[in-house]
Formats: sequence, C-alpha cells, structure tokens
Amino acid sequence: MSKPAHIAAMFDRIGGVNALPVVLMIIALPLIGSFSSWVTLTVAGLAMGMMIFLMASGLSLVFGLMDVLNFGHSAFISFGAFIAASVLAWLAAWVGADSLTLNFLALFAALGAATLFGLAAGWFFERVIIKPVYSDHLRQILITIGALIVSEQIILAVWGGSPIPVPRPALLEGSFVIGDVAIEVYRVFAFFLGLAVFIALTLVLNRTRIGLLIRAGVEDREMVEALGFRIDRLFIAVFMTGSALAAMGGAMWAGYQGLISGALGGEMMILVFIVVIIGGLGSIEGSLLGALLVGLLGNYVAFIFPKLALASNMILMMAILLWRPWGLRPAVGK
Amino acid sequence: MTDTALASAPSADPARKGRMIVYVVALLIGLALAFAPFLFQDVRSNQVAARICVFIVLAASYDLLIGYTGIVSFAHTMFFGLGAYGAAIALKSMGPGWDAVLAGGVAGVVLAAILAVLIGVLSLRVKAIFFAMVTLAAASVMMVLASQFSDFTGGEDGIVYSAPALFKPAMKLMTDDAGKVVKLFGVSMNGKIAAYYFVFLTCLVLFLALMRIVRSPLGTVLEAIRENEMRAEAIGYRVVAYRTSVFVIAAVIAALAGTVWAVWLKYTGPDTTFSFAIMIDILLMVVIGGMGTMVGAVIGVVLMSLAQFYLKDLMEAAAQATANIPLLPDLLDPDRWLLWLGLLFILLVYFFPAGIAGTLMKKGGH
Amino acid sequence: MSDYVLRLDDVHTDIGDYQVLHGISFNVPQGGVHVLLGRNGAGKTTTLRTIMGLWRARSGAVVFKHHDITAMHTSDIARLGIAYVPENMGIFGGLTVQENMRLATATGGFDDGRLGHIFELFPAMEKFWDKPAWSLSGGQKQMLAISRAIIEKRELILIDEPTKGLAPSIIRAMIAAFEEISRDTTILLVEQNFLFASSLGRNVCVIDDGRIAHSGRMEELVADKDLQTRLLSLSLDAHQ
Repeated sequence: MSKPAHIAAMFDRIGGVNALPVVLMIIALPLIGSFSSWVTLTVAGLAMGMMIFLMASGLSLVFGLMDVLNFGHSAFISFGAFIAASVLAWLAAWVGADSLTLNFLALFAALGAATLFGLAAGWFFERVIIKPVYSDHLRQILITIGALIVSEQIILAVWGGSPIPVPRPALLEGSFVIGDVAIEVYRVFAFFLGLAVFIALTLVLNRTRIGLLIRAGVEDREMVEALGFRIDRLFIAVFMTGSALAAMGGAMWAGYQGLISGALGGEMMILVFIVVIIGGLGSIEGSLLGALLVGLLGNYVAFIFPKLALASNMILMMAILLWRPWGLRPAVGK
Repeated sequence: MTDTALASAPSADPARKGRMIVYVVALLIGLALAFAPFLFQDVRSNQVAARICVFIVLAASYDLLIGYTGIVSFAHTMFFGLGAYGAAIALKSMGPGWDAVLAGGVAGVVLAAILAVLIGVLSLRVKAIFFAMVTLAAASVMMVLASQFSDFTGGEDGIVYSAPALFKPAMKLMTDDAGKVVKLFGVSMNGKIAAYYFVFLTCLVLFLALMRIVRSPLGTVLEAIRENEMRAEAIGYRVVAYRTSVFVIAAVIAALAGTVWAVWLKYTGPDTTFSFAIMIDILLMVVIGGMGTMVGAVIGVVLMSLAQFYLKDLMEAAAQATANIPLLPDLLDPDRWLLWLGLLFILLVYFFPAGIAGTLMKKGGH
Repeated sequence: MSDYVLRLDDVHTDIGDYQVLHGISFNVPQGGVHVLLGRNGAGKTTTLRTIMGLWRARSGAVVFKHHDITAMHTSDIARLGIAYVPENMGIFGGLTVQENMRLATATGGFDDGRLGHIFELFPAMEKFWDKPAWSLSGGQKQMLAISRAIIEKRELILIDEPTKGLAPSIIRAMIAAFEEISRDTTILLVEQNFLFASSLGRNVCVIDDGRIAHSGRMEELVADKDLQTRLLSLSLDAHQ
C-alpha cells in the first residue's frame, strides 16, 4: 500500500471527510452572527439534508450496483409529493383533528401511500424501461429522460399546472421554543425520519446477507454471479427500495414546502445529482454526507448571500470534484 | 460488370437509396429555407423558418457531442444562452450597432469556451455518465443566476432591445427611382429580408463548418473513441483532451447560434434560451433525426418544429371529440403534446436508436 | 466418457466483433490438476470465462458432468459446483476476510471442519479474519480467493494465473496447497509459469490463437524439450 493512500486512510479514521458538516457549522456561526438564527438555519439545513438523503440514497445505490444512472429518478420524487398531498387533502378531517392518533394515521397514510407507489413504480420502471437497455449508457440516459418527460406530463395532466397546497398534520405544526430559539417540529421530524432510514439502511447493508451481497455487488457484480447469486434479482430489490425512498423523500418535501408544483421534481433532481456526485456514487454514507453538506450550505448561504444559494452548491461540487474526482466517500473499488 | 456488382451486393442498394432519400430531403429543406421569404410570405412563417435555421445549427452542434463523441451534455442551452445574453446585454447597453453585436457575441463565446474547458477538464476524465450530471447541474445553476441577477439580465422578463439599423423593417435595401422599396416576387426588399438572410447565411456557414469538422481527421478520431474508448486510449489518443476540445467546439458554435438568435429575435429571456424545455427539444430533435449523421439534425429540427404546430392541432380536435370521457381529454390536451412525443421518443430509442436518417442510411447495411 | 468432469466440444467464442476461440475441445478427467498453457492473448482466460458463462459461446458445447451448461446463467453454473478464481482474484476489498468467505457459502454458515482445514492450509486467513480484504498483501489475497473457492465442497475449480506477481516462497506454498486441494477436487488451472504448471499438472492443453495446439500428459511435455520450445518458446522467454 502506497504512502499517500495510507495517510488518506488515517485521515479517514480520525473523522476525515465525515467531519466536514461539523466544520461547515462552525465556520457558519461567526458569519451569521446571531446564535438563534444559526440554530434555526442549522436545523433547517439538517432537515433538508435528511430529506435530500432519502431522495439520493436510492439513486446512488442503483448506480453503484448496476452502473445504471436513472435520469427519471425525479419522477418518483414528484409522484411521492403529489400522492402525499392528495392523501392528506383527502384525509383533511384527520389532518386537522385534535387527536394525535388521527393526525398520526393521516401522516402514516400519506407517507405509506407515497412509499408503496414508489415500490410499485420502481418495479415497473426497472422491468419495462431500464432492463432492455442495461449496459448501454447512452440509450439508458435517453430512455430514462423519455420516461421523465412522460411522467412529468402525467403529473401535469392529473394534478394540473398550478401549485397545490399540502395540508400538514396538526401534530407536526408549530415549534419547540427554547429560550429565544424556535425549532420547527416538522424539521425535527424530517431529521429523525431520515436518520432512522439511514440507520436501517446501514444495518441492512452491514448485518444481513442481502446487504453483504449488495456491498459485494457494488464492487464486482460479475464475481457475485460467479459465486452463485442472481444479481438481477438483487438489483430489482434495490431499485424498488431506492424508488420508494425517493417517493418518501418527495412526500416529506411536499409537507416541508406546504405548496408544490410540477417543477418540484426537476428542482430536487439537481440537488440530488449534486449530492450523489459530492458523496461518491454507490455509497450510502457518501449520500448522507453530501446531502447534509448541501442542506447546510444551501441554508447558510441563502441567509448570508441570498442570491447565491443554488450556485453555492454548484461551487461546492466543483471544489470537491477538483479535490476528489470520485467524490468524498465512493464505494470501495470504483 | 456494373450489373453483376450490383446483383452480388443487393444489400448495398437500399442503403444507397436510403442515403439518397436523406440527402435529397435535406437538400429540399435547405432550398426551402434559402427561399423561405419568397415561398412563405407571412410573418409567422418567416419566424418559423429563422427558428429552424438557428435550431439546425444548435442541434447539429449537439449531434457533434452526443452522436459523434457519445457524451451526453445538458449544458448546450447554457452555451446557447451565453451567446444570446452576451449580444442582448451589449445591444441594450451600447445601443443597436454591429460593434455591440460583435462585442457581446465575442464575450458570450469566450465565456462559453472557458466554462466548457472547466466543465470538461473537471468531469470528462471521470466517467461519461458523471458528465451528464455535472452539465445538468451547471446548466440549472446558470438558469437561476440569469433570473436572479436581474439588473443585468432582466430576470424572468428578459431583455428587449433593437437590432442593428440594417435589420429595421424601415430600412430600404433597394429603392426604385421614386425612392420606394423595390419588391421582388412580391417581397419588399427591406430590413426584414436582410435580417432573415443574415440568420440563414450565418447558420449555413456554421452548419457547413460542422460538416467539415466531422469529415476531418478529428471526426475519425472521435468515432474511434466512441466505438472503443479503451482501445483508443491504448492506441495513444488522449481521450480526455479530444473530448474536451469537442465539447468546447460544440459550446462555441452553440454560443454563436445564440448570438444570431438574439439579433433576430430582438428579445432574450430565460424561456427563449436557457430553458430546460429547449434542451429537451434539442435532444429529441437529434435523436429523432438520427444521432451521428448531421443531416439527421436537419430532418429532426424540421419535423419537431412542424409537429409543435400540427400535432397540437390534431390533439385539440381529439380532446374535443373525447370531451365526455374522464382523464382522456386531459391527456389529449394540446399542452400535453410532450407526453405523446415522450412516448414516441422512448419507442424510437428502443426500436430505432439510429433515428430517421440513421435508419434510412443504414437500411440493408451490415 | 462419463468420468470426465468437464468436456468442451468445438467451442467458439466471440468478444464483440473479435473471434477469440476458434473451436476449443478438451476433456478434464476427475481429480488432479489440469493445466491450460499458452501465450498472452491465446484465449486461456476466454476459455475459463466461457465455461463459467461470463462470455457466451457462439457455437459448440460445454458439458459439466451430465449437464450442458453452454447457455446456462453464470449463477446456476456456480451452483452446480464450479468455483472460479479470476486473474484479478475477484476479492471484495471493502468486505472483511470473513465476509468474503461467507459470501461463498450457500447458506451463510460455515462448516467448522472445512474452515479449520483452510486455516491449516493458510494460517493468514485466521489471523486477518476480521480485517478488510483490501489490507491484505497480494499473496494473502490470492490465498483468500482460493479459500473462498474451497469453503464448500466443489466439483471443479477454475483458477486463472494464481502465481502472477507472487514471490517464489509464496508460489511454493501454493503448490503444496494445490496438491492438497486436488485430492478431492478437480482443478483446471490457467498458467504462464511453466515451472509451476509442470510441478502440479497431470494433463496439459496448450492453446494458441484460440485453438488447441497440443494436448497430452504433463510428463510427456516436460520430457520433450523440443516440443516445449516449439509450443511455449514465447511464454518461456517472457517468464524465465
């Protein structure tokens, strides 16, 4: 093992790139000046980061495992958002009820419907759209873009072109107030939901046999087949999970925004791509890291230099590509 | 002798015939555009013809990327927009004149070239698929910047300005003895004609330049790289350098097309240059027409432009006919024409990845 | 015929537009080490990959025991009892030694007897049991790749150039290990190192330009210097 690689490994062991979000938080504090604003922005950034993580993790794994880049991924995000909005509107009585149970049921129904749709749509997408063009990148990009166009048009046809409001369950309204710092309940919920998904994914990947197969497949799918496993069956499972998570992320994002339009998918897709590029394709930890960086930076910059909010993420991406062309934490062997 | 040669290679015949058809169609389109002001004497048709000219250059330069080099970029409208905004901002601030067109155009082109080098060097060395993502991100950021720095760019409203005096409708190119504008075949020889031929001729030159590039040794190298990247690298081609230079060439040509478009339109805004919808249009044009053929771009642009008008009419009628059925009228709404085009596009990529021109030209081939 | 573990019959394989194998036929009898020799690019690796179903034969047949595996899916071929150790060893660097070996078991559980046997053969595996595989040395990685191939009972192991880049002392250890393994498992070995191949091999096939140039018993080839020079001069020059 060469010396620079050894130093890099040491750097990783003491925290390395994982500490970047914390470094960013510390740098932001003096720039923002006010502590309460800093807390608000940090919480917003973490919550946003976790929602983007939900959307990005599937895309990253799908790419890592099969070398498939799905430009239609944002369709799952959009559908998740609109389905959740419709379910919440349909259950308006439960959403507004003064009962935690009914609130919770409405929320569960909305997230559940979006996620189930994601699973089903993911299955359809993989079998019908992507399977015929495995291993042909150009056609893959073209086909998934075609599918994206069609999906966006279906959303416009079903939900119309004007923005629709998303009712939020009463239990997620309001803020926790600690001193002069107010923290929105919804953001806390989004953060912990994302964290729970991250922990669940990590456990599945590191503690189960299917996780072992996925990690091995990301490195060398041919060898996994030569050991006697069907990688295509593994892949469809991963694809469906990724689509379902994207839909869940879209549903969460809908509630966060309160008002959604057909442009949502496209806007989120840019952030998701930046996250996946920053984090390194094929790794869950990389997606989380990238998502948190993008969420935090976006919120800080929007406060300090409002006009540069999206450009800041672009600059971050360029800088990281210069530093590490494969992203911060790519899957080993890629 | 000739007879036996033809008989022994029956497969060459339909291919040659297909190639003939493609080139004849392209030639007819070229002729129609060359005489458009005389053939179609209304303002709208003129507008459509000029748009087709500019988009042929835009689509052909995109074909240089996707068809000849096999890299997918989503930043093509970004470069197009840079050229357009360069000219627009200069024409607005310096006043209508050729100096402004030149200064603005050059500024836009230079900026496009610098950005292209930067993006190319940063992301082309990693993986082609990375590149698609990076260009998408870059293009969307540029779009946001254009709408946010409204002092320069006019934001969402865009910029309205005047074209150089030569192109003003009041300009008299030819006058008779009485000092009135001469009419040739019923068309007034005024500034509008000058403007159209400015667009037509610059686009023709740019298109021929692109044809020249793909027929040059560079074109051969590009095809070698597209066919087998590893082998090309082994032979000693510096793949990243070639790809980056092609990306820059395509960006510069797109920016020039943008400048021409801005001069013609006398308006530049996000919707006419940067928008993702235009990017999708270009992609559809090239793929439908036929990637890697150049003439395919010509056919694709014309088809898409006509479809944008006629498909909508057809759908309008269909939507009214099915007005009582749920959902169907929504799907047949003329605004949903992209839905059907998208489906068509997917089927095309599955079954005829070579597009119209490619399929015709290779028909019966190996 | 039926005592052959593997039989190739006039196998043609193309990679893209290139025809690589132009009709390969040979038989691998039960037990022992059998060697495929040949120059670089002669088609040895392609032969192994075709057997494994990683590349498809255009024509001809690959028969494993009584199964025609020519068109079978790679994973099904593996499940019939064929293990494959590719030239790059196919180690999953991000996984631990234990996880690498666990993947190669059908159920995810280890047979303690076999595992103990492997630890005897390659003590390094026990030592680095919970270390990530990327941290192993080249020789240890090769040992891991072989351990993975024998962690369960296999009928046939395909091994592609196991000695490439290894130190002589490790090669000697490999020879001992292969002799041990080949007592109850058939090994089909692709080699360029003639000394290594000749000390193990029972039968040998020499492949040249996608065809079988010679096949017979190893001792005959070892004894016949002229034949060696004619068949292998190039590879002997390149590898002492």
